[in-house]
Amino acid sequence: MKRESFLKQFVTLYLPLVLLLVFILFPFYWIFITSIKPETELYGAITYWPRAITWESYKNLFTTTVNFISAMKNSLIAASLTTVVSLTASTLAAYAFSRYRFKGRRILMAMFLSNNMFPTVLLLIPLYSIMRNLKILYTPWALVLAYTTFTLPFSVWLLNGFMNDLPMTLEEAALVDGCNRRTAFLKIIMPLLGPSLVATGVYIFMTSWNEYTFAVMFTNNASRTIPVALKSLIGQLGVDWGLLTAGGIITIIPVCIMFFFAQKRLVEGLTAGAVKG
Amino acid sequence: MVKKKSIYPYLLVAPAVLIILCVVFIPVVNAIRMSFQNYDLRKPKDIAFIGLANYAALFKDPLFWKSLIKTIQWVVFGVGFQFLFGFILALLLNRSFRGRGVVRAVSLIPWVTPGVLIGLMWRWMYDGNYGVVNDILQKLHITGDNIAFLANPRTAFPAVIVTIVWQGIPFFALMILAALQGIPYELYEAADIDGASPVQKLFRITIPSIRNTIMITLLLRIIWVANSVDVIFNMTEGGPAYATQTLSVYVFNKANILNLGYSSAMAIMLAILLCSVAVPYLIFTFRGEDD
Repeated sequence: MKRESFLKQFVTLYLPLVLLLVFILFPFYWIFITSIKPETELYGAITYWPRAITWESYKNLFTTTVNFISAMKNSLIAASLTTVVSLTASTLAAYAFSRYRFKGRRILMAMFLSNNMFPTVLLLIPLYSIMRNLKILYTPWALVLAYTTFTLPFSVWLLNGFMNDLPMTLEEAALVDGCNRRTAFLKIIMPLLGPSLVATGVYIFMTSWNEYTFAVMFTNNASRTIPVALKSLIGQLGVDWGLLTAGGIITIIPVCIMFFFAQKRLVEGLTAGAVKG
Repeated sequence: MVKKKSIYPYLLVAPAVLIILCVVFIPVVNAIRMSFQNYDLRKPKDIAFIGLANYAALFKDPLFWKSLIKTIQWVVFGVGFQFLFGFILALLLNRSFRGRGVVRAVSLIPWVTPGVLIGLMWRWMYDGNYGVVNDILQKLHITGDNIAFLANPRTAFPAVIVTIVWQGIPFFALMILAALQGIPYELYEAADIDGASPVQKLFRITIPSIRNTIMITLLLRIIWVANSVDVIFNMTEGGPAYATQTLSVYVFNKANILNLGYSSAMAIMLAILLCSVAVPYLIFTFRGEDD
């Protein structure tokens, strides 16, 4: 009986889990392995563990003309600023959508959703001239503005969901006790919203860190971000896969670390948003 | 709910609305204007209002129709399998087993990986000479000779779909897992007492309970996947022989050769297509609200 239940558990839990995990994780294993293989081993018979390990690609990464450290700094600045701007604007907007019924509410909510429907490429060219006229082209602010537009809708919808799940009675009690709306928001809603804000912030940061299409247009050599630097590793003559995969590993490490610390709260935060389901 | 007239809500949404207006709606208006113009930066002297000519040309363009069909397949198969596997992963991660926290965290990594890197790493794995996918398939005796997956029109499209599925599984798993944790346990206990089978519990309790999350996640994902350029562009640039050219990649390619009028017209068609999915959804969502 016990063995049968173990078998059942194996078939319904461990087997599909392992299969899915192998599918999900193998590509990362593979780029890591590629990044530490010597070049002769990359272009020959395929080995699943390098016969010789070399960190040459990583060394090359920081000594080539592509300035990877400065790209990391640029990405960090753009992503952090975007997180602050986008999170502030979306928290305020979500509070209005969640707690007030006002004229134009539906139209505005629909507008937030619809703004993601326009293909990025459609916005690129007009935005380029707008940024140039504002004299913010090639500064982090160009990216911050662009990124805010596509992180806002999801953040607003997410936070709106979170707030809808916080019972109104909490604020009503605070109002009865002599708080005004602002202090009720700051003292009651904000602390409860903490995990959701962290979750939404991590989402905004990651999205900005990873963005490519705007970054390639709105940055120059000095201000380019990591994805652009990564793409620029592809030379005219072909791809140096060792170098590229080393760059890839370096790129995802910071977001992975951040994500690992935040993921529990992210799931918690999403739970709050989904309870109404 | 505050219903009396107040200026507060407008002040609160003002910053967000202002940003959206400046950075999305003004460019969109510009793009709509361009779509009625013969806007080709290679021939700047010829730029003029040409009415619906771009749209007329569009409907006669066989590549447009081909890209449209590719887009629908891309979204249906891409999002469909993301949802299916994401759902399965969420159900598995919702069970208790040792090391669940770690498994949950690492299984979400594709979500935090840049699209450029995803495109490039899969391109390396699909490589016709040194690609690991060929090696695995041959070791499993599924295929015989090396296949240049991304160079063959028959395999390129399924190959990029596998990649987008891989990218999207974590997002669905994350959202659905979150929703699953909100389902009251008593519902399952009651179902057990009534002798419900696991399949019945799935379709009668689990899915109805998380319907809202499924809907919003599907919609967001459909929009993102339909608009995504970076994965396909970094793998195949829409080739070979347009086998992987979805509408957004077609727009990107046309804009790259500076035919902005035509690409704007096409982008607007894509936006209309997405609206036709989103608007019924919005009506459906708002109907459920009490006001």
